[in-house]
Amino acid sequence: MSENKFDILIVGVGGQGVLLASEIISAVALRAGFDVKKSEVHGMSQRGGVVTSHVKIADKVYSPTIAQGQADIIMAFEQAEGLRAINWMKKDGIAIISRTTLIPAIVTSSKELHYPEDPIAAAKAKAAKVISVDADDIARELGNPRVVNTILLGVASNYLPFSVADWTEAMKSKIKERFVEINLTAFERGRSIKLDTVKA
Amino acid sequence: MKELLSGNEAVARGVYEAGVKLAAAYPGTPSTEILETLAARYRSVYSQWSPNEKVAFEVGIGASLGGARTLVAMKHVGVNVAADPLMTFAYTGVNGGFVLVSADDPEMHSSQNEQDNRYLARFAQIPFLEPADSQEAKEMVKLAYDISEEFDTPVMLRLTTRISHTKGIVELNDPITPEEKKFKKDPAKYVMVPANAKVRHKIVVERLEKLRDHSENTPLNYAELNGSKVGIITGGVAYQYAREVAPDFDYFKIGFGNPLPLQKITDFVNAHETVLVVEELEPYYEEQLKAVGLKVEGKKFFGKLGELSPYRVALGMKEAGVVAEISHPEIDAESLFPRPPVLCPGCPHRGVFMALRKLKVAVTGDIGCYTLGTLKPLNALDTCICMGASIGSAIGMEKVQGAEKGVVAVIGDSTFFHSGITGLLDAVYNQSNVTVMILDNRATAMTGGQEHPGTGRTLMGEKVSHVDIPTLVKAMGVKNVREVDAYNYKETLAVIEEEIAREGPSVILTSRPCVLMPKRIMDEPYVVDLELCNGCSACFRISCPAIAAATETNKYGHPKAVIDPTLCTGCTLCAQICPEECIILKSQFVKA
Repeated sequence: MSENKFDILIVGVGGQGVLLASEIISAVALRAGFDVKKSEVHGMSQRGGVVTSHVKIADKVYSPTIAQGQADIIMAFEQAEGLRAINWMKKDGIAIISRTTLIPAIVTSSKELHYPEDPIAAAKAKAAKVISVDADDIARELGNPRVVNTILLGVASNYLPFSVADWTEAMKSKIKERFVEINLTAFERGRSIKLDTVKA
Repeated sequence: MKELLSGNEAVARGVYEAGVKLAAAYPGTPSTEILETLAARYRSVYSQWSPNEKVAFEVGIGASLGGARTLVAMKHVGVNVAADPLMTFAYTGVNGGFVLVSADDPEMHSSQNEQDNRYLARFAQIPFLEPADSQEAKEMVKLAYDISEEFDTPVMLRLTTRISHTKGIVELNDPITPEEKKFKKDPAKYVMVPANAKVRHKIVVERLEKLRDHSENTPLNYAELNGSKVGIITGGVAYQYAREVAPDFDYFKIGFGNPLPLQKITDFVNAHETVLVVEELEPYYEEQLKAVGLKVEGKKFFGKLGELSPYRVALGMKEAGVVAEISHPEIDAESLFPRPPVLCPGCPHRGVFMALRKLKVAVTGDIGCYTLGTLKPLNALDTCICMGASIGSAIGMEKVQGAEKGVVAVIGDSTFFHSGITGLLDAVYNQSNVTVMILDNRATAMTGGQEHPGTGRTLMGEKVSHVDIPTLVKAMGVKNVREVDAYNYKETLAVIEEEIAREGPSVILTSRPCVLMPKRIMDEPYVVDLELCNGCSACFRISCPAIAAATETNKYGHPKAVIDPTLCTGCTLCAQICPEECIILKSQFVKA
């Protein structure tokens, strides 16, 4: 990762909270005094399609989208989507992939289309630094399946130059008050997961 | 104060800061959030959804002639709908400043084509401004009003999806109060009968010359010189891509794009060894520059299709020979199954398409969530052209191939109000044997559930009386008007069959509301009894995101079905079509 440039690609499926996660990262970058751009596509993507959000943080950001092969961090809320996006990453970038599996009806109803057997293993075969996160299990354990996105944010925070105080403030500004507490806990849990704490 | 705003939010902020009094629009991705932001945050601007872009534009004309600064906003194809008033409003000119936002959609993220509306501004002979980020979007809105009033012309602000939907840092300013103006009767200027229009056309031509001078002098068109032999001419988001991948080249950035500052650009071209034009979609700049004999290249290297990206721009620069090496992705892409958008669990459109698929009729489609009915495994929508086209094309098809084969038009409620009503008039007037299904889910669902004349509420939240579709279509002369519950598969199928067989035009209305908006509908979920399920896959073919393959299989190795209780809305459709009757209410399953 070059010193003052962080290109983060967040991928998932409509309804998984991709946009909230990118809102929070952008807010924390703004608090920390960086230039930031965040770009995503609305519309069709809300209906269970792939959702992709580009967040670019630097002293000065030009392009709103990340150049293919230049992402420093990929955050994937669904494992096949993590694999689909893996070529957007730099070879030494970090991919944080939730073990979540969502198989679309187009695959279930088809004989020709298949969901990959182990998307995270396939991603690991291609890139060195892949962190798989059992985010669904952790979320269930915490009592709210909807905090998968903040768990992954916690993991990503280990590789971004922002203070926990800034993260906390950013989350408070973007999350409804009654959900703040559980999201802060989820973030903390995620923060304990790092590249070297994950078994190969 | 600084804030992170999307391009659309920044436009709304600019509208507020410019002292605009009225804004009108029809929702359309990627333009929708402009009016939504105005209604939510800047209540001093009267904002309204109109039934379509033409009406929105005409409401805007009235407001401008009434002396107010005015905004109309639409997606690129919406400008086609509003093109009729636009072309002549360009002749009359304005009173209060008038800005038309055209939000183009390169790559067709949520559109049926990727037309380049810079040409529409040129066609209408009006200026257009094109921002490259949110800050510029806000500032250009304000400049656009000054230009509109100084040159007596409507002005287009051209956005693209990546500008509209990218958030960036914006510096906020206080709003200004523009000069108070009133409507002044001036038929020579505002009544475009031929005698007056001939005079006005001459004024348009003269105005364009004055705008050309302005284009040469405005700071919106500027050179960024770094002492390079390579010059890049660019504008909009393409500037950002090029600037990122090649920071050392010289740039000519175009912010005011019609007419082009040809003298300034000629000087720029002459001062460089190689000049490339980097622009998204059509060769709008390139053709005009080549037409005056400038040695530039662009589309040859960067292509006309879809969105540009930093990588595409880098590849084009390499091909043009201005950069020796570029960084390529180091990881190979993985080829995977597609994940297209789908109808939501519990979507009331699903039952309609299951029935239409079964009947094997020709189905002319329209623009909305229900366009997704064309995708596998529903495969039940055969055409999609533009807003309202379903009805007219059904009439034409029925006229040439006869009614016995069955032609059904499907159109949503908001689309029907937008431009389906005239199509249905045609069906009545010309005695067409078409069946028109109005899928009335009481929302402009695809764009996020906006209000419309049938919802009983306005954009600013006022309660109003709603248009009753059955009363409307009966008054238009449709004799066969039926209503069905699209959650009742057998009834839906039977009613469609009956109406296809009937003489004369029929209208079938579906009555279930959108499951997401305005209220999220979640009834008791259903479960699959895996002991009874034989893995026949009938429920997979209704394309419900709540139904997935179970790990258990039948004796042929085919997966049985399982329902995700957090997604199932309890619409009952899968239970109705399950041949083994093994999909049952969760509470009943527990008892058994």
